[in-house]
Formats: sequence, C-alpha cells, structure tokens
Amino acid sequence: MTRGFIPLLALVLAGGMAALSWATDGFRVVTSDGARQLAVERRPLPLPDIRLIDQDGHPFSFADYRGKTLLVDLIYTRCPTICGVLGENFRQVLEHSGANKAGRNFDLLSISFDPAHDDLQALKLYGERYGAVAPRWRIAVPSDRRGLDTLLRSFGAVVIPDGNGGFVHSSDVYLVDSAGRLARIFDADAPWSLSGAAIHEAAR
Amino acid sequence: MSEGRLLAAAGFWVVLWLPPVRSALESDMAVHMAVQLPLLIAIGVLAAPPLRRFEPRLLADADWLGIPGLVLAAFATSLWMLPRMLDQALADPLAELGKFLSLPLLGGLPLGLSWRRMPGLGRAFVWANFIPKLGAVGGLYLAAPTRLCAYYGVDQQAEAGWTLITVAAALGLVSFVAVFAGRPRAMFAPHDGPA
Repeated sequence: MTRGFIPLLALVLAGGMAALSWATDGFRVVTSDGARQLAVERRPLPLPDIRLIDQDGHPFSFADYRGKTLLVDLIYTRCPTICGVLGENFRQVLEHSGANKAGRNFDLLSISFDPAHDDLQALKLYGERYGAVAPRWRIAVPSDRRGLDTLLRSFGAVVIPDGNGGFVHSSDVYLVDSAGRLARIFDADAPWSLSGAAIHEAAR
Repeated sequence: MSEGRLLAAAGFWVVLWLPPVRSALESDMAVHMAVQLPLLIAIGVLAAPPLRRFEPRLLADADWLGIPGLVLAAFATSLWMLPRMLDQALADPLAELGKFLSLPLLGGLPLGLSWRRMPGLGRAFVWANFIPKLGAVGGLYLAAPTRLCAYYGVDQQAEAGWTLITVAAALGLVSFVAVFAGRPRAMFAPHDGPA
C-alpha cells in the first residue's frame, strides 16, 4: 500500500456517497417524480390561483375550493392510455367514498392540458364516460395559456408531445389541502389509497 | 501525437455540446444512455494519456493499484444514470453542464489514468462486473411497472432497456472471445498512448 492511499480512498468514498445522497434525497428517491412527492410532503406548496372553465361552461378558480380538500389529475381527452386509468380511478374514488360522510368533504378535478383540442363538448363527453358531475367532479381547462403554464409549473408536471399528436405526461394524482396547498402527490395506480387519503385529509 | 489526442478530445466535447447534437442525442432515452453518456466518458479516457504528465506525483502515488480512481469513476458515472439525474440534465442547463464536465473529468479521466496502474486481473474484474450489471439495469428498465423519467415515455424506457441488454450482450461476447481466444489485449491492456 502506498502513502496517501487510505486518505485518498476515504475522500473519494465520502465525496461519492455525499453526491449520491444529494441526488437521491438521502437514498430515498431515484426518480424526479419521487423527489417531487417527498418535497411536497415535507413542505406543502401554496398554489397560485388559476382560473378554469368546467364541462358546463362555468368559470371557477382554485380559490373557490378553500376549506375543501381537492384531488386533481391532469389529462387530455383524446388520451388513449393512462388518462383512462386516471378517469376510472376517480370514478372508483367517488364510489368508495360515497357511503362515508367525511367522504363528501372533498372534490375531484380533472384538468386538461390540451386546450387546443379540448373544448366544452370534449370535456363533457370525457366526464360522461366516467359519470363525472360538476361541481363534485369537474372536468376543466385553464382559461388561458399562461394559466396552463403556471399550473404545470406549480404542480411540477412535465407534458411533452409524443410525436403522434398525443402527449407523454405524468399520471400522478395531486392532493390540494383545504388551505389551497399542494400537500401530497400519488402514483396513479392506487384508487383505494387515494380515496382513503382524501377522506383522511378532509376529516382533519 | 499526445497534443493531437487532447485536441481531439476537446473537439469531440465541443461537438457533443452543440445544441443540435445535444438535442439529437437526448431526444431518445436509449441514445442518451447508450451513446451520449459513454461518449462523454470516452472523451475523458482519450484525454488521459496526454494529461498524465500533469498528474501530481502525490496523487499518482496515492492512487494505489488505481483503486481510488476507479471508485471515483464508478460514482461519477452511476450518478448520471439515475433516472432523476437524466431528467435533471434535460430540465436544468446547470445540471447539463455538470454532466458534461463531471463525466469526462471525474469519470473518464480518472478511469484512463488509473487503468494503467491496475493489475491485469483488476481490469478483468472491472469488465466482469460492469457487463452483467449493465444488462441488469436494462432488465430493470424493462420490468419497471412505472415511468421512471418524466421526459421519456414507457416505450422509450423499454427501448432503452433492450438497448442496454444488447450492448451488455455484445460486450460480453467480445470479452469472452478476447479471453478465450487469447487476444485480450484490446480490452485488458493498459491503454495508454500508442500500444
């Protein structure tokens, strides 16, 4: 063994572990979605007030939901894949929470990020497919392009064209607490935990 | 000769940094992982022989059997293979610059400098570990139930998985032939300047 070997190795190991720990938030996440989930759980994120229009043509904004818990998903109505899962999840969330009194203290909101194609007609059809009735479950689009950009940025959602006219996008579900803060982010594959979490949050 | 290598390394780096080249190599997850990242590492390896004479004596001595250098290269290269860091490099220009600097300077360069100090069996050990793990990462990408990168879809993820498995299989075959046909020089020789 040569002089300086042990100190150099120790330095490299310490630096490497520090870098890996930094990149994985302490070895807890390897994906950006996971990092985002952890970040908002630690510190709920106040959301800017964004104006939207629902499937019945009613304008509303995030501020209207103050005092209520809100579950949000991001969709586009022509979506052939994951949005169907999201829609079905929300349908089941409503079904599961129907018998529970606290289950009425939260609302659902599906926001389209494709205003170019999603007019009121398209939103209404999407809602009817899953039995969505406003105001309990609104299918909505932001009123303008800037609102949409602000929304995606504050939710930390990445939406990119897939080259075939559709989009690659996050399938996360976002929980906005009664103070209007983004408080939890869920993976889309667990409708049971979604309704449970929403009921729990609404009952607080 | 050695100045030529250094110039070539710098030239490759600049070409990879050009926005059209970057977006071409990063628009696809498989190309990002199997072409761009290895090229950035290769630039560092290429620059190692001409830079060797500038290596501080103290550092060269402390790099016993090339172990610290190898460990450094392992950390620097694994970091940028994390899905979160792949995303980060696309979302944040500063992270992208960090990737472009750390892969050659903390990945390829120490690997190139330490490679010659490693015993032959050590070099074989590196290949024998790297190849199956590359395949395993590819398998994980194929088996992952969810999308790992925000900027790449599941189909690209699966394609990246198959690409990594293919590269691993090809490297495995080449190393097998190199070892068993008795021509291991290409993979296991101390690459340093003209052989």
